[in-house]
Amino acid sequence: MRILGYLIQKEFIQIVRNKALLPMMTILPIVQLILLSNAASNEIKDVRVVLVDMDQSETSRLLVRKITANDRFTIVDAPFSQEQGMELLQANKADIILEVPSNFEKEYIRGEQPELQMLVNAINGQQATVGSGYLNNVIRSFNQDIMREVAVRMRQVGGAQVNIVTRNWYNPEIKYNHFMAPGILAEITALLTIVLSAMNVVREREIGTIEQINVTPIQKWQFILGKLIPFLCVGLVLLTVGLTAAKLIFDIPIRGNIPLIFFYAIFNLIAVLGLGLLISNFADTQQQAIFVAFFFVMIFILMCGLFTPIDSMPKWAQLLTIPNPLAHFISVSRKVLMKGSGLADVKWEFIYTIMLAIVFNSLAIWSYRKQV
Amino acid sequence: MSSISILKIFWAFVKKEIYHILRDRRTLLILFGMPLAQVLIFGYAVTNEFKDAAIDVLDHAKDDASRELIYHLQSSGNFSLHKMLHSEAELEDSFKEGTSKLVMVIPEDFSSDLYGSKDVTIQLLADGSDPNNANTLVQYATVMINSFVKDKLHLGSNPYQINVASRMLYNPQLVSAYNFVPGTIAIILLIISAMLTSLTIAREKELGTMEILLVSPLPPLLIILGKVTPYAFLSFVDAVLVLIVGYFVFEVPVVGSLFLLLLICLLYVVTALSLGTLISTVSKTQQDAMMRSLIGLMMPSMILSGFIFPLTSMPKLLFYLGHIIPATYFIEILKGVMLRGVGLHFIITEVCVLIGMTLFLLMLTWKNFKTRLE
Repeated sequence: MRILGYLIQKEFIQIVRNKALLPMMTILPIVQLILLSNAASNEIKDVRVVLVDMDQSETSRLLVRKITANDRFTIVDAPFSQEQGMELLQANKADIILEVPSNFEKEYIRGEQPELQMLVNAINGQQATVGSGYLNNVIRSFNQDIMREVAVRMRQVGGAQVNIVTRNWYNPEIKYNHFMAPGILAEITALLTIVLSAMNVVREREIGTIEQINVTPIQKWQFILGKLIPFLCVGLVLLTVGLTAAKLIFDIPIRGNIPLIFFYAIFNLIAVLGLGLLISNFADTQQQAIFVAFFFVMIFILMCGLFTPIDSMPKWAQLLTIPNPLAHFISVSRKVLMKGSGLADVKWEFIYTIMLAIVFNSLAIWSYRKQV
Repeated sequence: MSSISILKIFWAFVKKEIYHILRDRRTLLILFGMPLAQVLIFGYAVTNEFKDAAIDVLDHAKDDASRELIYHLQSSGNFSLHKMLHSEAELEDSFKEGTSKLVMVIPEDFSSDLYGSKDVTIQLLADGSDPNNANTLVQYATVMINSFVKDKLHLGSNPYQINVASRMLYNPQLVSAYNFVPGTIAIILLIISAMLTSLTIAREKELGTMEILLVSPLPPLLIILGKVTPYAFLSFVDAVLVLIVGYFVFEVPVVGSLFLLLLICLLYVVTALSLGTLISTVSKTQQDAMMRSLIGLMMPSMILSGFIFPLTSMPKLLFYLGHIIPATYFIEILKGVMLRGVGLHFIITEVCVLIGMTLFLLMLTWKNFKTRLE
């Protein structure tokens, strides 16, 4: 036990001595939180529309006015040919071209159901779907407005009105940063600890200090624990800083139990650190370690439900999120902070994480050889 | 020394660097494995499309019309019925567990009201803690409920309809890979060109071997060139690899000129290399270089370049920040040439900005390099 104490002490001295680490643990999480939480939203706030009005009638002008009045749309240009519109789309100066054909008003009044043309830049499929959906809604409501005027002249068709009322629980105003901040917190904590631990052992090997440790009577498990505990503390400090910042800056809801998050974070960090040390054991140079760690982190981040929901992945990819500690961390922090979920609601995350921690760390201890 | 022998020495030096890289199997694996893994993940796993989203139903009516509505929802292929709830009390529990994402509440007397011309209110309750999910599911469900009502009440026979014919250009199938392949190329080039070079040079400094190199007969500029040339070549090969995978696996086309595309990639490789060298001149250790690359290059290029999130929807400040990142322009050019098939005159502004940035970075690197090393 005393040996372990000395090892931990040594590691802490090195951490404190490292000038780059302190700003990384304080400024970086806060900057990332602010940036990411504001940037990472799939809301489409501004759709750039080119209006090609070939009709120039009362009705078409009314439609144009209705679209212009809606602040979701920016009218980029109103040329008199589709070709000019296409140039703007090609140069990526517009997202949608809406064309009103000539004789639109005449045909409408005759009840011939004229057709508007919509050309959408669909490179980003989601943006295209949402953007054109907005425009379709505006056209539909415009249609209903003028239909009422026409309907006055016709016999009214009575019928039931079906209203759909939507309520969003836990986030009635749909604040994106309330959703992103807990996720990003988990991501930053896991990311930094894995990178730091992956570089640690291999750095000793590169500089040659590992030799000095190898000739002492230190046991394998003492060595690994001596690396684990200090970084675990670093991770928890990070989490605290991030949580405080998220509360102060975004006023995220904290409905659940904070100790539960920290309790879970300890297991998660142990799992992640085990993976980092495992990588470090197998690498010869820091560069290698970084790249392997980076490779895992990249896959973890893309497949953890931070940016795109896990539910929309194919089944095999959903199964692949089980060995991904980040996915569980994000799930727990979102559930506990936003919904006030308790221990019973996150039991699966706990079970998976503890299993991962055992597997990674056993491998790390097993693969640490006391010879070069 | 004549320039010929300098060249000879330079070539020998480049060869040495290439051997270094080739000998390191693990790094090589990562070099080629990472781009492949990334493209495959982006193409297959990261999508915003929903198929079979679970929906729960709280049916207060339990009559013919409500059963038909539930059946209709499932017939779209977007929804599968997850479970039937029996009371309001069950709602909260299933939301907290995270098993329910969307609950449809059908009011009592649904049938009789619907056919008896009374107004009916159907509630959609979504788990707003995941707003993306909530929005998408509510949208799908609304469309389905509306079409159900239309079918049942024979609406839509009104002659005064305005129809809209939409055409999805450049990506008619709405494949997400179209959007991700250009972005992935940009990120890969950045990782390999910028991160690897910054680490390689920082490593020489950390281990003290930089001094040895500097007293060799080669001028410092050539030393740096010799160090970055192999990486430039490697990252270029990677970019081509991603293009090939995109084309054959996800059918992402190259509509425009392939030659122009490769030329732009080359330009961007130079940009990334100058960024990497710049980082290495100010970093003392590999850890420093790593952190600077991660925070200064990777994060901004992934988040603020329009790769994953559309720039136009961002707050003004982030929008402007995004426009000082080289990757933003590069991705813009790639999408133009690859997918919209535009020629040089459409993207001339972006190309000029990128060239300007590269020159500026090279100058900065050169100045920094001189003061640090000589």
